[in-house]
Amino acid sequence: MTKEEEKEIDQSKMTISEEVVIKVEQMNKWFGHFHVLRDINLTVNKGERIVICGPSGSGKSTLIRCINRLEEHQKGLIEVNGVELNDDVKKIDKIRSEVGMVFQSFNLFPHLSALENCSLAPIWVRKMPKKEADDLAMKYLEIVKIPEQALKYPGQLSGGQQQRVAIARALCMEPKIMLFDEPTSALDPEMIKEVLDTMIDLAQGGMTMLVVTHEMGFARKVANRVIFMDEGQIVEQNNPNDFFNNPQSDRTKLFLSQILDH
Amino acid sequence: MRNNNYKFVQKEVIAQQPPPLSQAGVTGWLWKNLFSSMSNFSSISAALQSIIMIILTFVLLYFCGGQLYSLIDFALISAVWSDPEVLKRGSCTTVDQGGSLPSGWSGACWPFIFAKKKLLIYGRYPAEELWRVNLVYLTLFLGIGYTLFEGAKGRQWTGLAMLTIFPLFALILLTGANFNISWSTNLLLLGLSILFIFFGELTRRNFLGNIISELTSLFYICGVTLFLIFIAALLLSIDYGLSYVETSDWGGLLVTLVVAITGIVASLPLGIILALGRRSNMPIARTISTIFIEFWRGIPLITVLFASSVLLPLFLPDGVDFNKLLRALIGVMLFSAAYMAEVVRGGLQAMPRGQFEGASAVGLSYFQSMRLIILPQALTHVIPGIVNTFIGLFKDTTLVLIIGLFDLLGQAQSTIADAYWSSPAQAPTAYLTVGIMFFVFCFGMSRYSMFMERKLSRGHK
Ligand SMILES: Nc1ncnc2c1ncn2[C@@H]1O[C@H](COP(=O)(O)OP(=O)(O)OP(=O)(O)O)[C@@H](O)[C@H]1O
Ligand SMILES: [Mg+2]
Repeated sequence: MTKEEEKEIDQSKMTISEEVVIKVEQMNKWFGHFHVLRDINLTVNKGERIVICGPSGSGKSTLIRCINRLEEHQKGLIEVNGVELNDDVKKIDKIRSEVGMVFQSFNLFPHLSALENCSLAPIWVRKMPKKEADDLAMKYLEIVKIPEQALKYPGQLSGGQQQRVAIARALCMEPKIMLFDEPTSALDPEMIKEVLDTMIDLAQGGMTMLVVTHEMGFARKVANRVIFMDEGQIVEQNNPNDFFNNPQSDRTKLFLSQILDH
Repeated sequence: MRNNNYKFVQKEVIAQQPPPLSQAGVTGWLWKNLFSSMSNFSSISAALQSIIMIILTFVLLYFCGGQLYSLIDFALISAVWSDPEVLKRGSCTTVDQGGSLPSGWSGACWPFIFAKKKLLIYGRYPAEELWRVNLVYLTLFLGIGYTLFEGAKGRQWTGLAMLTIFPLFALILLTGANFNISWSTNLLLLGLSILFIFFGELTRRNFLGNIISELTSLFYICGVTLFLIFIAALLLSIDYGLSYVETSDWGGLLVTLVVAITGIVASLPLGIILALGRRSNMPIARTISTIFIEFWRGIPLITVLFASSVLLPLFLPDGVDFNKLLRALIGVMLFSAAYMAEVVRGGLQAMPRGQFEGASAVGLSYFQSMRLIILPQALTHVIPGIVNTFIGLFKDTTLVLIIGLFDLLGQAQSTIADAYWSSPAQAPTAYLTVGIMFFVFCFGMSRYSMFMERKLSRGHK
């Protein structure tokens, strides 16, 4: 198989159930006096693949970081797996162990090997015996197709490999939801594909995914819903087909014309 | 599809090849570092530069070499090594000074140090009880050696024992234990520890509301610590049949090591707690840590020691006798903890935000992410600063002299006053000895820290 060849996508594997896993209602967030997110309403069902796009500074990262409370919201409600996010530290730690997150800059732990990066949380959060956690970590490193790198340290891996370790690390907690914040923007073009392929595999496995990305090809193929954000608001959301071919708002049209031009 | 056939994946990093001969070995080194900068005569300015370099090199060699030679001459070549006739001062003085050495002689008087070695190493510790100190020294050096030895089996357990059981063991052996600890104190300790653990259990089950539940670990730590102190108190009040040795009889290396090791061992954990406190989001913890750190950093150690020996007794109720050494120890501990806190905080500050987020995102709690992710990295980054503080502390122990404790330096100074050995060589020899002993310890720490840095940075640089 050549590198350019597109990954086959089997839509039938990506089913969406009725169960609501994320509910955001009238959510507002400020950074000091700066109103970053305004009246966000969002309901995500189990199995959905949502791509969030929008211009820089529109609050995409902030939105998905609010969902596992890396950022605190000030008004409104966020419910994940039926648990409301508030000041209760224990609830938040529990939510975080059920919601995986992949960052633009990987955020791997440089003092631990790839394997240890993955087995750490199962051992300490899920209280798994070390042997079992290592097996689990190995299983997910195989799923992201880099088992041979298990004993290397992050500094010895390429960007694409690091990002796949980061995905495996998140998967090791066997999360119900995965959040991706521009997972490919720090990568060279040839590495982007290997990370996107991993994400496609994940989607086919039925994972609920919220992905902030500018990879519109990925959005077209994998997403069942595309959300466009601007100035802290959700401006438009639609299925990919209608979103790309028939955008409603002017701001969306402008944005699409800018990113699809080149 | 990618294939899963990793037959051709290189498993090992290719070993480094030795450099070409002209770059290697003594000649290569000499050439690169010494001669290459002063053998360029291709142009006038380069030749001038080379000539100046040559002259400077010789001038420096002359002065440094001269100094070094006089030191070696003093310490080794001209030195007196033995005193078979037990002449004491007579063995180290010239004919003019009433001795037997040729006039104009100058050198170290080692018999004097040999005669005083017991004082320098143990102070006035009773001679028949010296085995106790020796046993402590032996366990200490074996324990530390084993813990630091890479690849030793179970070294982390040895290390843990050195930090927990050893201090108690040393305390019992050195003092003789059999302390008069009242039952009420013991009961109070036990009661408090049970209370803390009970609170910990309550908060763990969320009986006291959400906000306090953050304090669960704190309650447990306090409870367990108090319980350990209770056990220690029990063990210390047992009569082991050892005679009691006053701490005022301790001296020399013994006092230096006790003060330095207590300071070093206590300052790191205390410093970490203070540093975390100063960076925490909880206003109370932050304020307390900041005030503590700034207070102790704002006063000189001498003042702390004076205050501990002169001021503190004024505030204690009558009849409460607080050991002088113990007071100095507490002062040194808190003082060095404040310094350590700032070093550790520097390391925490340098951690990228992504590490905190990565740790929280996989569900690690605050304490877990600190212990497993943040501190291991932050502490590795500040090893030079930490060891700097350790070495500074080790040398600062000499200040206990001013509150009447005789550490190595103090003890050496007291031996100089011995008229039987009075000679011009007496003081230089004593100070040289102290200097060498301090150097050995400090240089050892410094080397080990370099080794640690290399080892820890191997994985991820
Ligand atoms: N910690 C913070 N403090 C103050 N302002 C912040 C903070 N984080 C983000 N902002 C601001 O909030 C706005 C939204 O930021 P956010 O990172 O969510 O944007 P984004 O949509 O992810 O942009 P990009 O595509 O560049 O990543 C930006 O204007 C940013 O400057
Ligand atoms: Mg962003």
